[in-house]
Amino acid sequence: MGVEGIGARVARKEDKRFLTGKGRYTDDMVVPGMKHACFVRSPHAHAKIRGIDASAAKAMPGVIDVLDGKQLQADGIGNLICGWMIHSKDGSPMKMGAWRPLAVDTVRYVGDAVAIVVADSAVEARDAAEAVEVDYEELPAVTEVLATLEPGAPQLHPEAPGNLIFDWQLGDPEATDRAIASAAHVTEVDIVNNRLSPNAMEPRATLGIYDAAEDHYTCYTTSQNPHVARLVMSAFYNVAPENKLRVIAPDVGGGFGSKIFIYPEEIVCLWASKKTGVPVKWTSDRTEAFLTDAHGRDHVSKVKMAFDADHRIIGLKVDTIANLGAYMSLFSSCVPTYLYATLLSGQYDIPAIHANVRTVYTNTAPVDAYRGAGRPEATYLLERTMEIAARELGMSPAELRRKNFIRSFPHQTPVIMNYDAGDYEASLNAAMQAADWSGFAERRAQSEARGRKRGIGMSCYIEACGLAPSSAVGSLGAGVGLWESAEVRVNAVGTIEVFTGSHSHGQGHETTFAQVVADRLGVPIDSINIVHGDTDKVQMGMGTYGSRSGAVGMSAVVKALDKVEAKAKKIAAHLMEADESDIVVENGELKVAGTDKTLPWPQVALAAYTAHNLPSGMEPGLKESAFYDPSNFTFPAGCYIAEVEVDPETGETDIVQFVAADDFGNIINPMIVEGQVHGGLAQGIGQALLEGVHYDPETGQLLTASYMDYTMPRADDLPSFKLSHQNTPCPNNPLGVKGCGEAGAIGSPPALINAITDAIGHDRLAMPATPMKVWHALHAAH
Amino acid sequence: MAKVTLVVNGRTVSGECEDRMLLVHFIREKLGLTGTHVGCDTTQCGACVVHMDGRSVKSCSILAVQASGSTVTTIEGLAPQGELHPVQAAFKEHHGLQCGFCTPGMVMTAVDMINHHGGNLDEASIRAGLEGNICRCTGYHNIVKAVLAADAEMAGAGRRQAAE
Repeated sequence: MGVEGIGARVARKEDKRFLTGKGRYTDDMVVPGMKHACFVRSPHAHAKIRGIDASAAKAMPGVIDVLDGKQLQADGIGNLICGWMIHSKDGSPMKMGAWRPLAVDTVRYVGDAVAIVVADSAVEARDAAEAVEVDYEELPAVTEVLATLEPGAPQLHPEAPGNLIFDWQLGDPEATDRAIASAAHVTEVDIVNNRLSPNAMEPRATLGIYDAAEDHYTCYTTSQNPHVARLVMSAFYNVAPENKLRVIAPDVGGGFGSKIFIYPEEIVCLWASKKTGVPVKWTSDRTEAFLTDAHGRDHVSKVKMAFDADHRIIGLKVDTIANLGAYMSLFSSCVPTYLYATLLSGQYDIPAIHANVRTVYTNTAPVDAYRGAGRPEATYLLERTMEIAARELGMSPAELRRKNFIRSFPHQTPVIMNYDAGDYEASLNAAMQAADWSGFAERRAQSEARGRKRGIGMSCYIEACGLAPSSAVGSLGAGVGLWESAEVRVNAVGTIEVFTGSHSHGQGHETTFAQVVADRLGVPIDSINIVHGDTDKVQMGMGTYGSRSGAVGMSAVVKALDKVEAKAKKIAAHLMEADESDIVVENGELKVAGTDKTLPWPQVALAAYTAHNLPSGMEPGLKESAFYDPSNFTFPAGCYIAEVEVDPETGETDIVQFVAADDFGNIINPMIVEGQVHGGLAQGIGQALLEGVHYDPETGQLLTASYMDYTMPRADDLPSFKLSHQNTPCPNNPLGVKGCGEAGAIGSPPALINAITDAIGHDRLAMPATPMKVWHALHAAH
Repeated sequence: MAKVTLVVNGRTVSGECEDRMLLVHFIREKLGLTGTHVGCDTTQCGACVVHMDGRSVKSCSILAVQASGSTVTTIEGLAPQGELHPVQAAFKEHHGLQCGFCTPGMVMTAVDMINHHGGNLDEASIRAGLEGNICRCTGYHNIVKAVLAADAEMAGAGRRQAAE
């Protein structure tokens, strides 16, 4: 590796602008004539709209117009869609209720958008929104998964009787039942995966600009995938055809899944810009973000894990109900199905698995992918069950896992996935050593002497990144392909621009993608620019989520580099009168192997663009593009260990140490990878100890709608982390990378809850393990 | 409407604004200094921290008119153009930022912490001092490292200066 190539800890190219206040986020954008929007939102969880009177609002200072859902519908703007078709086990398609960008006759959750006010300033728009009179007829509401399936529960959508969206299954029910019937031991667990709010620190924002002269729209938006936004807005929402719609996602302040989806606000601001003739900007406040950003998790499950007399797992049966909220968000259906049930084999060789998943409507915000998306739910369920099983069987948790690890690859699980590479024992051993597992008993005794309860817990996670190949996900119901595109332009003076369909919103692509190019061509990263986030610049792309940017996005760059290098070698061979097969790329130059003949990249590039002396028939220029469609998912895996001290007086948990041992395959920039793990761990620890979205079950009011009520992890809630990396390179992509963005959030919650339940001596503890819950659990146990 | 006059990043600036305008909106909208961010509406997240008369304040919790007459430093004014303050440099070196949205507030808070308690900071005191700034990306691990490193660097520089 070079100092700037693959594997180097290169400081980030993008940092200076963020550190000096020169980042350009959507809310920072100002264009001539720009006005501001505020949405009128439902204060009720469920109500009929009898009428809207905007006359007083329209007369207020600065107000340009107030527009409602009937006008939007009359202009032919379409409903929001879920882009992944799931069929129930009876063969019927999922029951998708209509989601109008602005509600027309019914509102179904607190925060549902009803109208948009456009005014000179944001505060004038907000004042006027308060003055819009909406005549609601309140209806009963339901917020929880078990309640919504009860007979007589309030019904959300006529399309979905009983609030059931689909009743789906994966795996072999008969074989699993037989395994359970023949088992020497069955561990049964009820698992709740708590509902979370993603909370990217930059609230969502959008700026819609309609140009009447060109009949053209520009949309600045806080998106993880601007091309998908353009595709969906063109193909389904009838906002504008693709050639008349430019979507720009500039600097984006974190996403964690919540900025994958197309929300009503982008659509409505673009439409409102045309209606009013002015550019319209909307920026969410934090309360709106809690109300309307897609939430994550919210599963209720029953688990049976069957063991033979030798403590080998012989069957796993899972029955899950997943809350999708009031409407089906863009990828909501695939999260509790193909991103969840397919990972239920974990790191273990399990011959029979059956998962049944029902998804339901409730009067709550839509639920969709949040960091890990389905995989944290699978891992929490599996790793809590393994821990409880070990306790029931009187085995050490490490030994029970070791006994059941998959040890040869490729490994076909009974739930679709074909694991390509891994060494689960290596991560387990590394984590146990780093945590000084063998010294725990002594540390526990010391804690006991101080009146503290000490516990240790592990979790062995696997995830699947880089959803692929497109034909496979298509056969499972995906509405899009999941490839990535790249274009590498070697400019005439030898500098390089790389256009990628991946989108960086904190991941550091401007550095890591440049490292890949620098490594290949031997040029300094300062001469390489990474361009992303603009549909007018980048040919096409599927964006960034599911840790796909390395495994899929960078692989597309490598494919484009292959073509650039091949053409450059032809030019260099021609100029140096050598055989093409003798040309090698070294230290930023093209050389004739075994001679002192060399040409630096800038000279080859210039020759390509002057085109005075190119091989016969060659096109001028040095610019190549590629689309890369992976042949399989990638499978990062690892082992996390948490050690905690619980204060029995207060129920407070102190994380004494947290160890993460991850196998991400090859690593482009260890510093950035470590940062991804740290951030994921913080979100997972947040889920385990602090965070939870709560709705009042009677009224459907969101009780956790600010940072005073929803507990975000802060610096003094967390420890520093001990990390290590193991490496089994991914055999299915050219860089051997797997992905690291979600691991921390996937592996950490069960490790922590396993540690706390170890400390308090029993397993009846639900996330978030707040001091009050831990105190009650501890005192119920003794 | 009220007239507000401030010294911001060394320049005297004036502007008319509504009485209810918050300092953060005055900085962002009237002065076009968009490095100061708004991440919440309850004074919890700290993305809007600036220095006012030498102390860090959350600029979302003070009216622009209240700040009139004071001296304000925003992230844009922390170091001369093209240069990095030692805290900014430490954040870069230790990867103390990812999406960059909380970063200006984090840096301004850290600078204030070092200005008032420099040389005496440890991991626990830094974590306590950053309690009013929320980051969703970094897990704080590298932010804490960066502040520790900047504190050591600035204390060392102070000692070197004193010796000269």
